[in-house]
Amino acid sequence: MAALTKEETEALIQEVLEVYPEQARKDRAKHLAVNDQSLEKSNKCITSNRKSQPGVMTIRGCAYAGSKGVVWGPIKDMIHISHGPVGCGQYSRAGRRNYYVGTTGVNTFGTMNFTSDFQEKDIVFGGDKKLGKIMTEIEQLFPLNKGISIQSECPIGLIGDDIEAVAKKANKEIGKPVVPVRCEGFRGVSQSLGHHIANDAIRDWVLENRDGDDTWPTTPYDVAVIGDYNIGGDAWASRTLLEEMGLRVVAQWSGDGTIAEMEKTPKVKLNLIHCYRSMNYIARHMEEKYKIPWIEYNFFGPTKIAESLRKIAALFDETIQAGAERVIAKYQAEYDAVIAKYKPRLQGKRVMLYVGGLRPRHVIGAYEDLGMEVVGTGYEFGHNDDYDRTIKEMGNATLIYDDVTGYEFEEFVKKVQPDLIGSGIKEKYIFQKMGIPFRQMHSWDYSGPYHGYDGFAIFARDMDMTLNNPCWKQVKAPWKTAESSNVAVAASA
Amino acid sequence: MALRQCAIYGKGGIGKSTTTQNLVSALAELGNKVMIVGCDPKADSTRLILHAKAQTTIMSLAAEAGSVEDLELEDVLKVGYGGIKCVESGGPEPGVGCAGRGVITAINFLEEEGAYDDELDFVFYDVLGDVVCGGFAMPIRENKAQEIYIVCSGEMMAMYAANNIAKGIVKYANSGSVRLAGLICNSRETAREDELISALAAKIGTTMIHFVPRDNVVQRAEIRRMTVIEYEPQAKQADEYRQLAIKIRDNKNFIIPTPITMDELEELMMEFGIIDQEDESIIGVTAAAEATA
Repeated sequence: MAALTKEETEALIQEVLEVYPEQARKDRAKHLAVNDQSLEKSNKCITSNRKSQPGVMTIRGCAYAGSKGVVWGPIKDMIHISHGPVGCGQYSRAGRRNYYVGTTGVNTFGTMNFTSDFQEKDIVFGGDKKLGKIMTEIEQLFPLNKGISIQSECPIGLIGDDIEAVAKKANKEIGKPVVPVRCEGFRGVSQSLGHHIANDAIRDWVLENRDGDDTWPTTPYDVAVIGDYNIGGDAWASRTLLEEMGLRVVAQWSGDGTIAEMEKTPKVKLNLIHCYRSMNYIARHMEEKYKIPWIEYNFFGPTKIAESLRKIAALFDETIQAGAERVIAKYQAEYDAVIAKYKPRLQGKRVMLYVGGLRPRHVIGAYEDLGMEVVGTGYEFGHNDDYDRTIKEMGNATLIYDDVTGYEFEEFVKKVQPDLIGSGIKEKYIFQKMGIPFRQMHSWDYSGPYHGYDGFAIFARDMDMTLNNPCWKQVKAPWKTAESSNVAVAASA
Repeated sequence: MALRQCAIYGKGGIGKSTTTQNLVSALAELGNKVMIVGCDPKADSTRLILHAKAQTTIMSLAAEAGSVEDLELEDVLKVGYGGIKCVESGGPEPGVGCAGRGVITAINFLEEEGAYDDELDFVFYDVLGDVVCGGFAMPIRENKAQEIYIVCSGEMMAMYAANNIAKGIVKYANSGSVRLAGLICNSRETAREDELISALAAKIGTTMIHFVPRDNVVQRAEIRRMTVIEYEPQAKQADEYRQLAIKIRDNKNFIIPTPITMDELEELMMEFGIIDQEDESIIGVTAAAEATA
């Protein structure tokens, strides 16, 4: 199917909006746009980071998810207490595939669930004492932990537990960082505020811990990787490239990361931001306080990788610049082979994305390297600075949808008829039942890494095996003729 | 006789607990089977009936046992003067936790455990002074108290509070069967107090069900952790509580209140000389400024 024109895309948005009652229609209209590359600022065409309309089946998370699930959870040598009833911690446990090295339960704790498991009595009498006791027990049972964070669930904000006081007291007793985080789920409109709150907690309780301590030797090539959660090993595939070009990666925030790395980050020369949405706050803070510059980079697909390596190298001396060229040349045969193998199988295929964080724009280049085109994209919890960065990445007249609703997404897909959809687990089976190949792009569908040159090979293989899977030829009912099949796909939902 | 559930509200310190316990004692004396449910973390709603400092509460026992599900009714229900059954919901120290949730948990527990049995004639909920959150409105939700008595006096703040509580009742009255059943005037010996409270009651659509005069015998009994009914049954004050009990027993005047506006309330108070006509020229002027003027 040919690409939609600007007018056709506009008409499609209007058609989809028609079903809503007036107030919802007015609100949703602001979140749907036809891309126009000539715009400099996205606020001309789209509104984001607003409260979702009730009843629309948004797939957003909460502030707790943003703090515990995204920012703090992957810090592997700390123990993160989900303070409140058991469910928040248990159902967010180990689901994000933040890989790490270590012995779980001994010196790393990433896939474990620590919770204060609130009962009625804890709500009524407060959970302060229980929290204090938990930390004493943690110290006895898991002495190799390097610190504790307290992730507040909703009730904590209602009953007024003084977690800051408990944290200070525990810090004195155990002599390790204890960080209270006020990430109660009801705060904000999505997980995005949770990222911000988590960043602020790092700023207030961690970042200054080594200020004035010069005993740790630094080099002119020290960098930190910020906003890589090592999903399926992403950060490892990225780190090798940076190291091969001659940089010293001091810290990984926060995939496979440690609190010691975070404490050392104020001493690096440059912060490298992958997921801008969830960690730009701390990068901006370090820029202001420690004068550390930061740049965004993109390690999805060889084009963006080469671009990013050169952009990073330009901020260092010739050794590093030569290093970047060396790395790009070293892997060229490898990624050329990947492209040679998969591009003919994927050329011209059209993709629709709906994910969070950085992916709605960052993976576009990787698809383009394989000859594919992203014809629709959107963020679950993005802000307008994310959309500013998306406009130039997307083709003209493509669809942009913010906090897309279940209904809108299905209607867009029926009309646009993409060859592949990349979104979350809640969308996966709906679209597969509609007969459309689907990749779960939050945790790489149990695959990965997708970052770096290593990741690109896996990314290409995964897209091919999904898109060209023979099963899709079997989804048509045998009594339907080939001519009517398109209509059938469009009508089924 | 079907079980009647009554809730007592009123400004903090107005004498709700004392009035309730004396009233309940008088009802028991008349042969009624009564239960008191204290809904205040201070847990002082049953001490005069049980001669105790403070009854062990549902929530403190639940905390000890692990959870409220581990408790049995007999652990929390004590029987005192006149066969009156006593329970206290309990709750946290000031400044921590959630007292409102304590009330909700405790009342749910009592219902599930069958504390409201067929033999009871009356249940009285003695509720914390201010209905600060949903928990303290629990006693007047659907299928709980249907009658509300507000304890007040002729003092300005007590009347403000009474009118505010009436506003709260309207919300629950419109969605359920709860009704305002009357004002109980617990006298502070202010001028024309009985007339004033009668007038206020009339304005919000109810009556002053009884005027309880001030009498030191109440304090003498309290020191002994007793009600007047038990401590000095022949005292004149005991008869006052008996009259209140009879009036409540025979009360049929249950209404959806018509709370009045702030201006109306102030007008009423001016009429009775509680407050003066507002003098706008003095508002926001300090004593020092007045002296130099």
